[in-house]
Amino acid sequence: MVGKEQIYNWLEEVSDPEIPVLSVIDLGVVRDAQIIDGEWLITITPTYSGCPAMKTMEEDILSKLKDKGIDSAKVELVLAPAWSTDWLSENGRIKLHEYGIAPPEHEVDKSVLFAEPTIVPCPKCGSRNTRMVSQFGSTACKALYQCNDCQEPYDYFKCLK
Amino acid sequence: MKNEALFRYLLRLGDDSLILGQRLAEWCGHGPILEEDIAMTNISLDLIGQAMSILDYAGVVEEKGRDCDKLGLLRFEKEYVNVLLVEQPNGDFGDTLMRQFLFDAFRKPLYERLVNSSDKQLAAIADKSLKETRYHLKHSSEWIIRLGDGTEESHTRIQNSLDILWRYSFELFYSDEVEIELTKNGILPDLSGIRSEWEATVNSVFQQATIVIPSNNWKFEGGRLGRHSEHFGHLLSELQYMQRAYPNSQW
Repeated sequence: MVGKEQIYNWLEEVSDPEIPVLSVIDLGVVRDAQIIDGEWLITITPTYSGCPAMKTMEEDILSKLKDKGIDSAKVELVLAPAWSTDWLSENGRIKLHEYGIAPPEHEVDKSVLFAEPTIVPCPKCGSRNTRMVSQFGSTACKALYQCNDCQEPYDYFKCLK
Repeated sequence: MKNEALFRYLLRLGDDSLILGQRLAEWCGHGPILEEDIAMTNISLDLIGQAMSILDYAGVVEEKGRDCDKLGLLRFEKEYVNVLLVEQPNGDFGDTLMRQFLFDAFRKPLYERLVNSSDKQLAAIADKSLKETRYHLKHSSEWIIRLGDGTEESHTRIQNSLDILWRYSFELFYSDEVEIELTKNGILPDLSGIRSEWEATVNSVFQQATIVIPSNNWKFEGGRLGRHSEHFGHLLSELQYMQRAYPNSQW
């Protein structure tokens, strides 16, 4: 009999299609796995409303479970409680950093109007002398930064709360 | 349909997001600089994502088996109930940012209230969308200030954008029996404070941008009742093309 823990272990092998270094578990989008009427129901929550990766994650989760011999499973998308970057696992934060993406700082860049953007240390050289190039980056969840010391341009996984 | 007022309200909310998202998507590949091209398409994606959640839920409330694709892509012009503001053409970069700012400054306090809706799914959508909207408002207000308090050329042009778009801002606060009924049965929390909050935001930003609100309070309305401007048919022909040419196609 397969248990919830086993399911979670398998889902560690399903990666975020846009940030392949992260698994769906690291990302914190998997909220629950339970058996309902003999069928596994995996509940996931979207990172951003329009994140195009959600559909792919859903399909990848089902195909992974199929590989492991679970033929009847369903994935359900729920909105509440809303995903926040606090749900990224500690392991996920380390992986992001090693991959060259600065992990989310613990506070939202919440002030409107020319407030200083959050200081995001450079994932390459560790310098805090960095600048935000754009609040919006290559995917909905990232902002674009550049290091003033080593000149490395890098993605910042922006804080969402 | 058990709750027609809720269905109609969700269509308004969803159509505003969908149509503005479609307009912003037109900038893809045409932004003045790469970062802004990416910013506008990112915001477009957020809005279309929000529209999908809202219209999917509208379909559930309607109980006729329509989902966000059916509702979003297969209605006729008069069945769309977005405000006229969001369907206005992109114009130049300043026009787009002014349209966006007037909208974002309204959407943020609206979502802050809808989070407290007694309807769990509406509250969940609002909670999710609010986090994204904060980033949108930050982006659009900073650009209004930068352009207004910039060069003589940028100042003149963003003032002109405001002069043209201001007449469409009043419709954001359109209210009729739909809202009254939903407030009465507790689905909508008290929305009365939104207007003053919106005014405080726009006044503060325009002051820093050194631009002034036009004294002419002539207003254009009709979108909420399905009466659209002449631009809307052209927008729909592009938005609906694939579903009309290849009915029920999926990707």
